[in-house]
Amino acid sequence: MNRLRLWLLALGGAGLAALLVAACLDLPGFGGRRHPYGDRAVHASLARHTANTIASVNFDQRAYDTLGEMSILFAAVLGCAVLLRQARDEHRARPRPAEVARPVRRYALLALPVALVTGLYVIAHGQLSPGGGFQGGVVAATALHLLYLGADYSALERVRPLGVHEISDAVAVCAYVVLGLASVLAGTAFLANTLLPYGTFNTLSSGGSVPLLNAAVGMEVASAVVVLLAHFIDQAVEIEEEHRS
Amino acid sequence: MGGGDVYDAVIVVALLLVAASATAAVVQRDPARQALVLSFSGVVLATLFTVLQAPDVGLSQLAVGSALTPLLIMLSVRKIRRRGRSKEDTR
Repeated sequence: MNRLRLWLLALGGAGLAALLVAACLDLPGFGGRRHPYGDRAVHASLARHTANTIASVNFDQRAYDTLGEMSILFAAVLGCAVLLRQARDEHRARPRPAEVARPVRRYALLALPVALVTGLYVIAHGQLSPGGGFQGGVVAATALHLLYLGADYSALERVRPLGVHEISDAVAVCAYVVLGLASVLAGTAFLANTLLPYGTFNTLSSGGSVPLLNAAVGMEVASAVVVLLAHFIDQAVEIEEEHRS
Repeated sequence: MGGGDVYDAVIVVALLLVAASATAAVVQRDPARQALVLSFSGVVLATLFTVLQAPDVGLSQLAVGSALTPLLIMLSVRKIRRRGRSKEDTR
C-alpha cells in the first residue's frame, strides 16, 4: 500500500514538473517591456475608468475568480472555527491581567488608530492605487489586535464582539454574490460590470461596481481575520484542558 | 543604459536577501524565533515584489507574511508550551 502511494506521488510530481517546465518555456522573457495580456488588461481597465489595472482584473475582468478566492477564505476560517471550538473536556479560565511595558503600551495605542485608518484607506482606494479589499482588510483586522499587545485580552474582547464579526463575514460574502446576481437581473452576465456608471477616471467613485466589490471583500477579509485570530488567541490564552485541576 | 544596470542590481540584491532570509528561517530550529525570522523574510519578499513592479502583491505579502502568519505561529507555540507545562504539573 505504501509503495503504491509513493508511486502515485512520484507520478503526480513528475507530471506537475513536466507541465511547469513546458509552461515556463513559453513565458515571455524576464523583464520584457511588452506583454500580450498586460496590454489587453490595461486597455480594458482604461475603457471602464479604473485607474488600478490590478483591481480591474480582480473585480471586473476576473471577478468570478475573486468570488472563488473569497469562498476559499470563508471555508478555511469556518473550518478553523470548528476545529478550535471549546471541546467538552475543556474549560475557560479568565487570563490574569498582564503587565505591559510602558513603551510597548504607548507605541501600540499610538499605532492602532493609524493602522486602522490605513487599512480603511487601502480598501477605499483599491480602484485607484495598489491595494484593495484583501490587503486593507488584513491591515485593519491586525490593527485591532494591537490592543492585545498594548493592553490585554479582555480589553480586546470588549471592543471586538465575536458574533458581530461572524455575521458580517457571512453578510459580506452574500453581498458579493448579490452584486453578481444584480447584473444578471439587469440583463447581462453574472458579475459583469455594467450596472453602474463608470464615473470620472481617477476619482473615488470611478470603475462602476469595482469599489463596491472591493468593499465587500474588505469587509469579508477583515471579519474573517478577526474571527480566525480570536479562535487562535482563545486557544492560546483562555481555553484549558479539564483534567488539570 | 546606467539606469537599467542600477535596476538590475537592485533586483539581484533583493533576490539574494530573499534567499538568505528564507534559508535563515529554515536553519533556525526554535519555532518562536523562526516566526520572527519568517516575519523578516516576509518584509524582504514584499520588497522584492515591489521592486519587480507588483506593489499589489507586495502589500498582500506584507500584511499576511510579515504580520498574520508569524502571529498565528506564535499563538500556536504558546498553546503547545502551555499544554506541556500543565501536563507536567499533574505528574
